[in-house]
Amino acid sequence: MLSISSLVMYYRTLKGEVRAVDDVSFSLQKGETIAIIGESGCGKSSLAKSIIRLLPRNVSRYKGKILFNGVDLMELDEETFNREVRWTKITYVPQAALNSLNPVIKIGDQMIEPLLLRRKIDKKEALERAANALKLVGVSDAFLHHYPFELSGGMKQRVIIAMALLTDPELMILDEPTSSLDVLTQANIMNLLKKIKREMGLGMIFITHDVALSSELADKVAVMYAGQFVELSSAEEFYGSPKHPYSQKLMESVPTLRTDKELSFIPGSPPSLLDPPKGCRFAERCPFKFERCSQDPPITFLDEGSYVRCWLYEKGRL
Amino acid sequence: MKDPLLYVENLRKYFEVRRGLFGRRRLYVKAVDGVSLALARGEAVSIVGESGCGKTTLGKTILRLYEPTDGRIVFDGKDITHLEWKELKWYRRETGLVQQDPFGALPPFMTVKRILEEPLIIHGFKDKREREERIYKVLERVRLTPIEDFINKYPHMLSGGQQQRLVIARSIILEPKLIVADEPVSMLDASVRVEILKLLEDLQKSYNLSIIYITHDLSTTRYFSERIYIMYAAHVVESADTKEILRNPMHPYTKALLNVIPDPDPSNRFTIKEVPAGEPPNLIDPPPGCRFHPRCPTLVKGLCDVKEPPTVEVDKGHHVKCWLYG
Repeated sequence: MLSISSLVMYYRTLKGEVRAVDDVSFSLQKGETIAIIGESGCGKSSLAKSIIRLLPRNVSRYKGKILFNGVDLMELDEETFNREVRWTKITYVPQAALNSLNPVIKIGDQMIEPLLLRRKIDKKEALERAANALKLVGVSDAFLHHYPFELSGGMKQRVIIAMALLTDPELMILDEPTSSLDVLTQANIMNLLKKIKREMGLGMIFITHDVALSSELADKVAVMYAGQFVELSSAEEFYGSPKHPYSQKLMESVPTLRTDKELSFIPGSPPSLLDPPKGCRFAERCPFKFERCSQDPPITFLDEGSYVRCWLYEKGRL
Repeated sequence: MKDPLLYVENLRKYFEVRRGLFGRRRLYVKAVDGVSLALARGEAVSIVGESGCGKTTLGKTILRLYEPTDGRIVFDGKDITHLEWKELKWYRRETGLVQQDPFGALPPFMTVKRILEEPLIIHGFKDKREREERIYKVLERVRLTPIEDFINKYPHMLSGGQQQRLVIARSIILEPKLIVADEPVSMLDASVRVEILKLLEDLQKSYNLSIIYITHDLSTTRYFSERIYIMYAAHVVESADTKEILRNPMHPYTKALLNVIPDPDPSNRFTIKEVPAGEPPNLIDPPPGCRFHPRCPTLVKGLCDVKEPPTVEVDKGHHVKCWLYG
C-alpha cells in the first residue's frame, strides 16, 4: 500500500541546514502498523509531516519516492494532493492534538469540516457520519453539540481519532497519540486503536518515544536515530532481539514491571542534525565502535523487509 | 521505624474556589484529604498516582510551599505544620525540590554559576571562596563535567538531561536531608531517564538523603524506591514495600494500574486490556464512600458507595484502604 524510498527532508535555519529526515525507506501493507521509535529530536515527527507533506516554510530539500497505492505522491501537485490524499486517504493525528480543538466551535461542527470541504456532502449527512464515528470510538453522539472544554482529555483524544477516521482513510499517522494522557486513559486509547486496526483494516504509522507502549500496536518497528532509520524489524524480532547497537542499548534503558533486569543508559547525547558526524551517526556512543564506523554504514537486509544500518552486519561478516 | 525523619499525620490541603453569581458559593478542592506517611533517614519512597490525584499538592505541602489545612507534619523531631515565614528558612535549607520541567524551573537569564550561588547567598554564605568551592563540588557530584564547560552557560544551552542535573545540583547544594522529586524524569527520553534516576539513587546513598519520588509511572519505581504509596482522588489507597506491591497488589485501583502498564512484548498487540470505565472524580465533590467505587469491578453495593473504607494493615507493612479487606 505504502512504499517509501530514500525520503529526504532538510530545512534551512539561521545556523545551517537541519537534516531532519535523511534517507528513510520502508513499506507498509494494508492493515499493518509500523511503530517509529526514537528520542526527541531524532526526526520522527518531521518524517510524519514529510509523508503528509506538511512541510516547514524553510524547507530546503525534499525528495525521494512515496508510492501510495502505486501513485508517487511526490509527483502530485499541491491541489491534487490536498484534494485526494491529505486528510482523506491519509489522515494525521498530530502530537498534543487534544489541545488543537477549537474551543469556541462545537465538536460536531469541527468534526465535519473536512467532510464538507473535501467530500462536498451536505451538513446533515456529514453530522450523521460524525455521530457514527463518535459511537465507534466510544463517545456518546450527544457530545456533537458540546464544546471541547466539556470533555476530559481522554475523550478529546477519542474525538480526534474519530475525526481522523471520518473520511475512511487507508492510512492513519499517529504522532504520540497518548503522551499527555494518564496511565488508564492511555490504556483505553490503545485498546481503541487495536480495535480500529482489527475491524477497519487500515494501515497505521505509530510514532512514539515509548518503547514499551509501541509494542501495543506495532507489527513492525523502525528505530530512528539522528534523522535515519538504523533498524527496521518485525515486532517479534525487535522486542526479542534488537539488532542495531542503538536499539539494544535503548532496550536496556526501558524499565520493566514484570521481569528483573538491570537498567543501563547510553552515555552522551545524540548528535546535532545541523552537522551530523561523518560515518555512522551513533559511532561516538557505540560500545562496538571500530575503524570502519568512520565511513557511512551500508544498509544490510537481513530478512524480507527488515534491515539494519551498521557495519557489524555487513554482508560476509555474519 | 528506625531513625525516622518525617512524619505526616492525617494531612489535609483544601483550596478555596468560588462559584455561582458574584462568587457567593464557597467550595473547596480537597486536593489532599487525610494522608499519613512516614519516612526514615536515607529512605526513598514513591508516591504514585494519576494527574489530579493530589500527589504534587502533597509534595508541596510537605515542603511547606503550601500551608496545610489540617493535620500534622513533623520533620526531624520538630513540628513544622504551621511554622512562621521566618522560621521556615531553616526548613527550606533542610529540604529541596526537583520539578518536572527543568527548563521551566531554571531562570533563563542566570548562568549555571549564578543559579547555584543564589541559595548560598540567601542562606548567608558570605565567603566568596567557600561559595565557589561548594559550587564546584556539587557540579562534580551531578557530573556536569568538565566544570569549566558548564559554569558560565545559560540554561537554554544545556540539554534536557543536563538541565535536570542542574536542578538537582541546586536542590542539594545546601546539603538538605529531604528532597521531593516531582516527576523528575517524565519529560526526558528513556536513556536520559535512567541516567537521572541512577544519579538520584547515588545521591541518596552517598548523602544518606531521604527522597520522596512523585510519579505516575509505576515501572520506574522498582528501580528506585523502597516503598510505594498509591494515591487516588486525594487519598492513599494502598502502601507497602515496592516489591510487595508489584508482586501482590491488593487494592482494585492498584491492580488496574499494574495490569495496563506494558512491558516491551510483541504479543501485547493481540490482547485488549481490561480498563476500569470512567474517569477519576472531581475533588470538589468526590463520591461518597470509597472514591474508587464508581469504577470498581468488585463494588459491593450498599457498602462501598455509602461508607468510606478504613485503612487496614493486611500484611506486615502492607496497608489497604478497601472494604474487601476491611
